[in-house]
Amino acid sequence: MLYVKIKKEFENFKIDVEFEVNGEVLALFGASGCGKSMTLKCIAGVEKPDHGLIILNGKVLFDSKKKINLTPQSREVGLLFQNYALFPNMSLKQNIAIAIPKNTNNMEKIIRNKIEDFSLEGLEDNYPHELSGGQQQRVALARMLVNNPKILMLDEPFSALDEHLRWQMEHKLKDILKGHKGSTLYVSHDKDEVFRICDKIAVFNNGRIEEINTKSNLLYNPKTYTTAMLTGCKNIFSAKKIGANRVYLPDLDIELASSNIVSNDLKYIGIYPHKLKITSDNKKENAFKFRIVNIINNLFSYTVTLVPVNLEDKNLKHQIYMEISEYKFEEIKNKKLVFLYFDKEDILLLSN
Amino acid sequence: MDYSPLLISLKAASIATIITFILGIYAAYLTTTRLKKLKGIVDGVLLLPLVLPPTVVGFLLLVLLGRNSVLGKFLSQYDISIMFSQAATIIASIVVAFPLMYRTARGAFEQLDKNIIYVAKTLGLSNHKIFFKIILPNSSSSIMAGTVLAFARGLGEFGATIMIAGNIPGKTQTMSVAVYSAVQAGNRSLAYKWVMILAIISLSSMIMMSKLESMQKGKVGKGDK
Repeated sequence: MLYVKIKKEFENFKIDVEFEVNGEVLALFGASGCGKSMTLKCIAGVEKPDHGLIILNGKVLFDSKKKINLTPQSREVGLLFQNYALFPNMSLKQNIAIAIPKNTNNMEKIIRNKIEDFSLEGLEDNYPHELSGGQQQRVALARMLVNNPKILMLDEPFSALDEHLRWQMEHKLKDILKGHKGSTLYVSHDKDEVFRICDKIAVFNNGRIEEINTKSNLLYNPKTYTTAMLTGCKNIFSAKKIGANRVYLPDLDIELASSNIVSNDLKYIGIYPHKLKITSDNKKENAFKFRIVNIINNLFSYTVTLVPVNLEDKNLKHQIYMEISEYKFEEIKNKKLVFLYFDKEDILLLSN
Repeated sequence: MDYSPLLISLKAASIATIITFILGIYAAYLTTTRLKKLKGIVDGVLLLPLVLPPTVVGFLLLVLLGRNSVLGKFLSQYDISIMFSQAATIIASIVVAFPLMYRTARGAFEQLDKNIIYVAKTLGLSNHKIFFKIILPNSSSSIMAGTVLAFARGLGEFGATIMIAGNIPGKTQTMSVAVYSAVQAGNRSLAYKWVMILAIISLSSMIMMSKLESMQKGKVGKGDK
C-alpha cells in the first residue's frame, strides 16, 4: 500500500495532492505540466516535497514533521521514464546487471532469464544507441524489475513509441503488472492507454487531484469539467439550472432535460460527440434544429460541426461536434439543416 | 640553447593539470549536485581567475602565499618558501587552468540526462558508484577536452607566474617568460624559437583534443537522446 500526501510550491505553480493505492494500477492522468511527473519524483525521492507524508507498505519514506527523508536508494521504488534513461556507456547486459542488488545469488541466471523474458537474446553486448526504441524500452523494464521494487512508477512509458510498437508493449506491460504484487502508478495523458491499462484513475489538474475514481465511473459519469475534457468530451457548455431536471445553455440558446437531478453547483454540461444523434421526429423532447457548418472525414467516421439554426456560425462557442459512422453519415450527406437529439441519459452534469 | 624553460614549463603544466583535473571535477560535481542557493556565488568565485587580469591573480597569490602571509609564515618555520620556487610556477598554472577544467566538467555534468541519474538512484546505486560508473564515463569526452585546455592554458601561463615565481633562469623561467626575457634582451632569434616550440605543443594538444572528441562521438554518439 502506498499513501501520499504532499505539497510542493514552485514559482507559479503548486502541487497539493493526497491519494492512496492498494495494489492496483492507478493512473495519474492529466494534461502535461500539471504535476504528475513531479509527484512521481517526490515519491521516488529524487525531488523533495515542502510538506507531507509518504508511506510505502508501512515504511515511512518521507515525513516533513519528523524530518524523515529516505534516500532514493533505500526507498525500493522502480521508476521508468519515457526516454528509457538507459546508461549509454554500458551494454544491454551491463545495464541489467548493475541493477541487481548486491549479494544476489545466480546473477548470471537472473540476467539470462530476464533477457529471455523480454526477447532480447543476441543483443546482450549491444549498447543503447544500437538498440531500437522498443528494445530500449524492454531493457529499461527488465532493469527496473530485477531490482525488485515494491512499487512501479511509469512516467509516460509509451509516448515515444510508434503506434504498432506501443500496442505490443502494452500487452507485455499488462503481463508484467499482473505478475507484480505491489501497486503501480502510471502517468499518462493518453485516455485510451489509461483506460486499457489502469484500474483506477486520478485526474490531475493544475497540481491538484480533481477526482479519483474507477475507470468505468470516470468514463461514464465524469463529475468535473477537466475529467470530461480529458476523457474526450469535446462538447462542454456553461449551463444554468432552471428546474429539478432542466438546464439552460446560453451559448446554444437551448433548454435540455436531464434524467438526473441537477445539483445547485452545476456549472457546465457535457455530451460526447459520439452520443449525439440525428432524429426525424422534430416534436421529440431535447431535439433542436441545427445547421451543418463543417464536415471532417476521419478514418472510419465523420466529425460534423453544427450550430443552432438561428445563431451565426462563425463564433466557436456556438459550435457543437457530432461524430457519426460512415453508414449514418449517408442519411445527412445532402442536408443543410438537421434535428439534433440530446439523449437525456447522455447529458453529463459537471461542477467546476 | 638552454632547454630548461621547456622542462620547467612542461613540469609545471603537467603537475598543474593533474591537480586541476581532480579539483575541477570535484568542484564541478559539488556545485551541480549539492549546492542550490549558493551556486551563483560559488560559481562566480571559481570562475574569477578566468576574467581577472593575470597580474591581479598574481598579486592576490602574492598576498596569500608571500612571506608575510599566514601561510608564508607557517611554511617559513620549516624553511619552505613558495615564492620564486618551482612550486610557485605550478600554483600559478593551477589557478589559471582550474576555471577551464571546472567549467567544462560542470557543463558536461549538467548536460547529462537527469533521468539517468534519477533512475540510477532508485536502482540503489550509491552516489559514489553513480559518479564513477555513470557520470564520469558519460562525460569523458568533455572532460578530456577540458583537461587538454587546462594543460594548454597552464603551459602558456605568464602574468601570475612572473609575479610569484619570477624569472630565474634554470629555476622558475618558463617558456612564456623566456619569450618575454628574450624580447627584452633583444634576442629575436631566441624568442622565435620559444614561440615556435610553444605553438607546436599547443597546436598538437588541440589536435589531440579534437581527435579524442571524435573518437568519443563514435562510441556513444547516438546514445544520448
